[in-house]
Amino acid sequence: MSVPAFTGSNVMDVDAAKIRGAGSNVHFDKVSVAYGAHVVLHPLTLDIAPGEILAMIGPSGSGKTTALRAVAGFVRPASGRIRIGATDVTDLPPYERGLGMVVQNYALFPHMRVEDNVAFGLRAQGADKALIGERVKDSLATVGMSGFAKRYPRELSGGQQQRVAIARALAVRPRVLLLDEPLSALDAQIRRNMVEEIAKLHRDLPGLTILYVTHDQTEALTLADKIAIMRDGRVSSHGPTVELYRLPPNRFTAEFLGRANLLPVTVTEGATGPKGFATARLGDALLAGAARGEKPGDKTLLCIRPQHLSLTGDEEHTNRIVGTLKEVHWQGELTHLVLEVDGTPVRVSATRLPVSLPERGSAVPLFFTPGDTSLVPEDVRG
Amino acid sequence: MLVWSRPGRIVIWLVFTLLFGVLFLAPLAVILLSSLADQWNGVLPSGLTTEHYSDVVQGAAWKAVKASLVTGFLASAVALVSGTWAALALRIQDATLARVLGVLFFIPSAVPSVSVGLGLLVAFSHPPLLLNGTIAIVMVAHFVLISAFTFGNVSAGLARLSPDFEQVASSLGARPAYRLRHVTLPLLAPYLVAAFGLSFALSMGELGATVMVYPPGWVTLPVSIFSLTDRGDVFAGAALTMVLVAVTLILLLGLERVTGRQARS
Repeated sequence: MSVPAFTGSNVMDVDAAKIRGAGSNVHFDKVSVAYGAHVVLHPLTLDIAPGEILAMIGPSGSGKTTALRAVAGFVRPASGRIRIGATDVTDLPPYERGLGMVVQNYALFPHMRVEDNVAFGLRAQGADKALIGERVKDSLATVGMSGFAKRYPRELSGGQQQRVAIARALAVRPRVLLLDEPLSALDAQIRRNMVEEIAKLHRDLPGLTILYVTHDQTEALTLADKIAIMRDGRVSSHGPTVELYRLPPNRFTAEFLGRANLLPVTVTEGATGPKGFATARLGDALLAGAARGEKPGDKTLLCIRPQHLSLTGDEEHTNRIVGTLKEVHWQGELTHLVLEVDGTPVRVSATRLPVSLPERGSAVPLFFTPGDTSLVPEDVRG
Repeated sequence: MLVWSRPGRIVIWLVFTLLFGVLFLAPLAVILLSSLADQWNGVLPSGLTTEHYSDVVQGAAWKAVKASLVTGFLASAVALVSGTWAALALRIQDATLARVLGVLFFIPSAVPSVSVGLGLLVAFSHPPLLLNGTIAIVMVAHFVLISAFTFGNVSAGLARLSPDFEQVASSLGARPAYRLRHVTLPLLAPYLVAAFGLSFALSMGELGATVMVYPPGWVTLPVSIFSLTDRGDVFAGAALTMVLVAVTLILLLGLERVTGRQARS
């Protein structure tokens, strides 16, 4: 049986509108978690607005899952308070928090059919039979799994199981949906599709607040309104997704969220003009980029993404550096070039290349616009 | 496959057949033959008869079967409940405490069953805990001896159970009792059935402690077999042993079918 995609806008009029509930904000107020003397989450203060998707992203052991588990009630904070809406849930057991949760391995109850899995939360809360029937139908329709109600989880593929897990979480009309690495167990192709489908789901359920924990930057960039980048149990940076990507506040964020070339430069002129570009020197080149209050003489990093570097210049690409071509890797859709500029490796991702590619070891000019460039302080921890 | 060559595999099969035949099949075959032997003075019985089976059926055999089945069922059921309870409780304790208590729960399995019987006899022969001479003391003896195995089996099952199931259930609003009934216990069912089967089999064959504490009128199959052979009635003892083997096997095969069905689902 083929699986329809998440219902998206076409079915949303029928089903998702029924599911749409008022999301709540989540507030971490100096929340810390420790196991004995080992602090795994340093005091964290963070807000997730109602209807917002916040992606917590970071390497293993960075504290992102601990933060999610603290919201879920599976980890007791050593200090601080957690509020969901107006309710302080810090001391509430998990079953009184009004959440929905989806985990990496789906955790569908193998002894229950799909419809019983989806109905589980409502039955546990003592909902009446008619309501359960209606919610199960709506939730399965929302994730495009209506035709699978009588199946057992073992009869579903990984992607289908994940949809059922989401339907099960949505059926209880959660105040907040917690997604803990929900796509990690899926293969790359299905994961890409699921990311798009979750994005579509949130468009249909705009009131739903989602805390999405992942180590996959693509999932975070695609889905999140805001991103919190975690490192060593602390928030390294937090802000709107596009802003964090375009103007990373520190080296770790620039390198963790997408690929970044970070070139050591010296500021020659602070922010000027309507766009607030500063000028910085790299060797002989003078380069312009978005500033963060740097002053002349400051040593900082100039951040430019590989896909923003071009081998051909025009009137917009006013920044120019020259590098020595070291390596060329063709990967079908993209060609990756590695050059060396002033002793620093610089990566270029190009969709189109000149007809005659320069030879390895030759000097190659690279062009980029000030608008795609930003100055980033060296490794400041949040 | 560890052994690739054909001669090597033949040697392995021969060794296996020899060990299995000598250690497992030969004693059972001797008992089976004894239970059917008319006379046995040579290498093989001089004649076969079903007389010993008739004798034990007409004698106290069925009472012994009943005593063993009731003792086995009750002791295993209580051991299953308490072993499951202990395993569930220990899971949420501090790791060191859980380890210490876990070892303590296994102590009865390390004590000779005769010593357990003796201990119970001494402990429960005076008021206010006067159980000596009652059926209850047999149940207690069996419970003490088998509870470690149920605890071990259920603990192993719990260790394999992903905490995600219970945590997701909690996040969906399931209170602990609801979660236990609808999620944890169904997921543990194969281990519970296996634990019950093992406990029951152990109880059915238990002699050392039972022989110390059994009251008149509650003679289990192993005690009956022991009494018969002790009196020199080896053939009747063998017939009763085959009854014990048959009853235990039927029950274990039934349980295995239930477990297999659950595993497939």
